[in-house]
Amino acid sequence: MSRVRVLVGTKKGAFILSADGKRDKWDVSGPFFAGWEIYHVKASPVDPNRIYASQSSGWFGQVIQRSDDGGKTWDAPGGGITPVPGEMPKASNKFVYDTSASGKPLTTHQWYDGTQHPWEFKRVWHLEPSLTDREAVYAGVEDAALFRSTDAGQSWHELPGLRGHGTGPKWQPGAGGMCLHTVILDPSDPNRIYIAISAAGAFRTDDGGKTWKPINKGLKSQYIPDPNAEVGHCVHHVAMHKSHPNVLFMQKHWDIMRSDNAGDTWHEVSGNLPTDFGFVIDVHAHEPETIYVVPIKSDSEHFPIEGKLSVYRSRKGGNEWEALTKGLPQKDCYVNVLRDAMAVDSLDSCGVYFGTTGGQVFGSADAGNTWMPIVQSLPAVYSVEVQTLP
Amino acid sequence: MIRVMLPAHLRALAKSESEVSLDVPEPVTQRSVLNALEARYPVLQGTIRDHVTQERRAFLRFFVCSEDWSLESPDAPLPAAVVSGAEPFYIIGAIAGG
Repeated sequence: MSRVRVLVGTKKGAFILSADGKRDKWDVSGPFFAGWEIYHVKASPVDPNRIYASQSSGWFGQVIQRSDDGGKTWDAPGGGITPVPGEMPKASNKFVYDTSASGKPLTTHQWYDGTQHPWEFKRVWHLEPSLTDREAVYAGVEDAALFRSTDAGQSWHELPGLRGHGTGPKWQPGAGGMCLHTVILDPSDPNRIYIAISAAGAFRTDDGGKTWKPINKGLKSQYIPDPNAEVGHCVHHVAMHKSHPNVLFMQKHWDIMRSDNAGDTWHEVSGNLPTDFGFVIDVHAHEPETIYVVPIKSDSEHFPIEGKLSVYRSRKGGNEWEALTKGLPQKDCYVNVLRDAMAVDSLDSCGVYFGTTGGQVFGSADAGNTWMPIVQSLPAVYSVEVQTLP
Repeated sequence: MIRVMLPAHLRALAKSESEVSLDVPEPVTQRSVLNALEARYPVLQGTIRDHVTQERRAFLRFFVCSEDWSLESPDAPLPAAVVSGAEPFYIIGAIAGG
């Protein structure tokens, strides 16, 4: 029987939740890296036992961890004990912005007060293992940049074309920092990658990361000086179904957006949602037009309306939404659901999972019709990913 | 041998005991001790000093013989008690909640 493994990153460590295909009884392991912030945990689609974790701390900085046995044991790639000190080995936590072309920073970005500010590496928000290469993995970081490792996380190199294409001075941090939080690899075209940055917008490369273009036409953000600007939009998350790689769904700061041409243009599909502010958005594993969001009251009140936690589902690719509340707290629930904290499994009856800043992870084994809490008292959940295993 | 005391999180990263012993070539300084520590435990690169600037991370301090050496030159010779192994070199993280 198939089984699922839910990978959870939290404010105080990582957890792995495991169940068989029925998804009604769960084993919980962890905390891994106890006491550290775990922004993201994600497995390689090529080798499901290879899992990466982004471990960070205000004290000690960034570390990348890797497991090659499905999360039982972990090591920082290249981080073992060196018996005889000699040449300094590679360190998995070394993220240094590319200055090879000029020897100087490629650009500055806009600071909160409107002045220009140098890029400063803070942490890895998102890890995206290659769809085809067991040793390759991408990292979206704060301050916003995209890095790639081709040795399974041991060494990292920036893809500088993203920061170097010219609009960097107009990028600015959102409230959570200037993070590159979304990396989507196109399964039909290995040279096409989508990324998203708060607050710059979405970008696409069609040449494997050498050059990038902003893909924000159609986005309207009333909170920036030019609501229709080429860059500066606070994109919270983007999702794609692997069978329709030209169709993208976006949860912007406000607004649910859809593109049918690989991001060249967008149109709003918020429709009848009670609020179109939120962070997560995801697509059903088998129905490319079925999408999920968790509406949050507003950008100043990051919790569900009236304390009622609700997932909304559209079966028509947006505009027409239905509330899914069965099994979710409908009273006194004032949590948030962060941008990387929703995922779907690919069992026949699609499972949907999300985590909250209140430490709950909810799961649905019937595409969202009913929900059950898998765990209720973890540290604040930063990210949720799911593996469907044979 | 130079003795270095690690805070709990770095000990977990290095998979070491709280105290580690290192061969450090003379002159024994903050820089040479940290170089030897990072050479032996590569995972600690970047966790104590910035990868590029090699400056001490803001929330860490270095103590030697009950004195704060955090702001001393990284190339200043450490006291004889550290060189002889009688006293350890302490790496301490700022204490904070949350």
